[in-house]
Amino acid sequence: MFNSITLGQYYQTDSVLHRLDPRIKVVATFLYLVSLFVANSVAGYLVSALFLAAMIALSNVPVRYILRGMKTIALLLVITMLFNLFLTPGDVLFQLGPLKASKEGLILACKMGVRLSMLILGSSLMTLTTTPTRLTDAMETLMRPLRRFRVPVHEIAMMMSIALRFIPILMEETDKIMKAQIARGADFEDRNIMKRIRSMVPLLVPLFISAFRRANDLALAMEARCYRGGDGRTKMKPLKYEGRDHAAYAVLFGYLALCIALRFVKGMLPGFLGI
Amino acid sequence: MSIRIEDISYYYERDTAMQVCALDHISAEIPDDQFIGLIGHTGSGKSTLIQTLNGLLKVTEGHIYYNGEDIDGKDFDRKALRAQVGMVFQYPEHQLFEADVLSDVMFGPKNLGLSAEECKARAEEALRMVGLEERYYGLSPFDLSGGQKRRAAIAGVLAMRPKVLILDEPTAGLDPKGRQEILDLIAGMQKSTHMTVILVSHSMDDVARYADRIMVMAGGRLLMYDAPQAIFERSEELEAVGLAAPQIIYALKKIREAGIPVATSALTVEEAAAEVLRAVRKSGKKAKAARRQVHV
Repeated sequence: MFNSITLGQYYQTDSVLHRLDPRIKVVATFLYLVSLFVANSVAGYLVSALFLAAMIALSNVPVRYILRGMKTIALLLVITMLFNLFLTPGDVLFQLGPLKASKEGLILACKMGVRLSMLILGSSLMTLTTTPTRLTDAMETLMRPLRRFRVPVHEIAMMMSIALRFIPILMEETDKIMKAQIARGADFEDRNIMKRIRSMVPLLVPLFISAFRRANDLALAMEARCYRGGDGRTKMKPLKYEGRDHAAYAVLFGYLALCIALRFVKGMLPGFLGI
Repeated sequence: MSIRIEDISYYYERDTAMQVCALDHISAEIPDDQFIGLIGHTGSGKSTLIQTLNGLLKVTEGHIYYNGEDIDGKDFDRKALRAQVGMVFQYPEHQLFEADVLSDVMFGPKNLGLSAEECKARAEEALRMVGLEERYYGLSPFDLSGGQKRRAAIAGVLAMRPKVLILDEPTAGLDPKGRQEILDLIAGMQKSTHMTVILVSHSMDDVARYADRIMVMAGGRLLMYDAPQAIFERSEELEAVGLAAPQIIYALKKIREAGIPVATSALTVEEAAAEVLRAVRKSGKKAKAARRQVHV
């Protein structure tokens, strides 16, 4: 039932991107998001798109699989674009009742759509190529300086990794309970919204109970293994940069430099590239 | 009221790199008033198979006919099918949600659109069938013991008065006494109501005692579908797919190897004991020595 949600899931395969140090992937994703907001011309977006395409090609994850994850947020995307299209003042292109679509709005909507899609594709590429454990490892290491300000970095990372770890389990659980209640005649697809909300009770009550039960079991298991927070804790597989990680940083900063340069030469770009 | 399975296949994650063939061209016919044991190793496809039987999973290929009607047919009423083919999932107590036991059991009948009195009558009948007494009706399901919770959950399915009852490992996680009680209960219900029961298990010992016929699954295929005795004759094949005949059959085989001419078709310890006694008495003196061997 939840097979369609691929957003944020790990995709098991082997590629350069999968083998990269998770820290660089987190940094790269962050800088990529920044670069999307640095871009202010078609040329800038083109460079970002090419960079993303190259990364997707490197990741060995089937394009169809990645695009399937987009389906979940397609509606959000369309609404955002419509808002931009109709609510931006400027030269009127066409009119739908009281709503006026402007030329500026159209350009803005397209840019926004492209920017949002790349934003989501870019960040989902990170989760597709990094296991949740490695991801939180990277977060923990990257946030370590914050410990000086008494931020409980390890605890935050641990909570994150537990939360991520439990997403698939809870999904499976939801699927199971849903099936069990459907087998008892429950209807989760009623058209009546009130009935539909009420039909969630037989799903949510058991789900919450099982979540609490699991949390309890996990806490017990952690205590049985003498878990006591991050102080003095070492790692079985400490993160270590290798040659390819340094190369990746070089590529990343090269790309970022190009993005920034393009922003300043906007006026000098030929034809549509400068829009 | 029969179920006919015609050449069905089921794939998880179809058309992706993770495609798994869970059911591989299965055909079978399940007649009325039968106790069927469905045996297979973890991942053999037994859970998938039962979910296709009441339309929770739609088969990728092939057809399933319930009373001659294709359950994937356009105007087939799947909701009605689910009322007729009751399904008790693994750890069914995890689906309890109401404030008290009686209301929880009434959930199924209520979904069938029955009147409040009818729902209550059916719920009480179901609870009686599973042996939960009236003093439990008003309790929260979460205050019951493990075995009682499971009975309440099974009653929740029984209250819909299914013609076919499918149970997925109903004894998982129970102690030996609880297992026996649940199995006896199911067998007793089958005899008194004449519904078809499909009992999924990975333990031959559980199934051997009650089943009229046994389905053996391995790697998504239906390997055998026959009477228990015939299945256990093929114990080598069973072992090849990680299953085994009931322990008692192996004990009987050992006894025969030791020189006592016993038949190895017994399914329960009681039957086996009777068979050993019969064989021993028959062969008289010669067996006396061997009997000592057995006791050792």
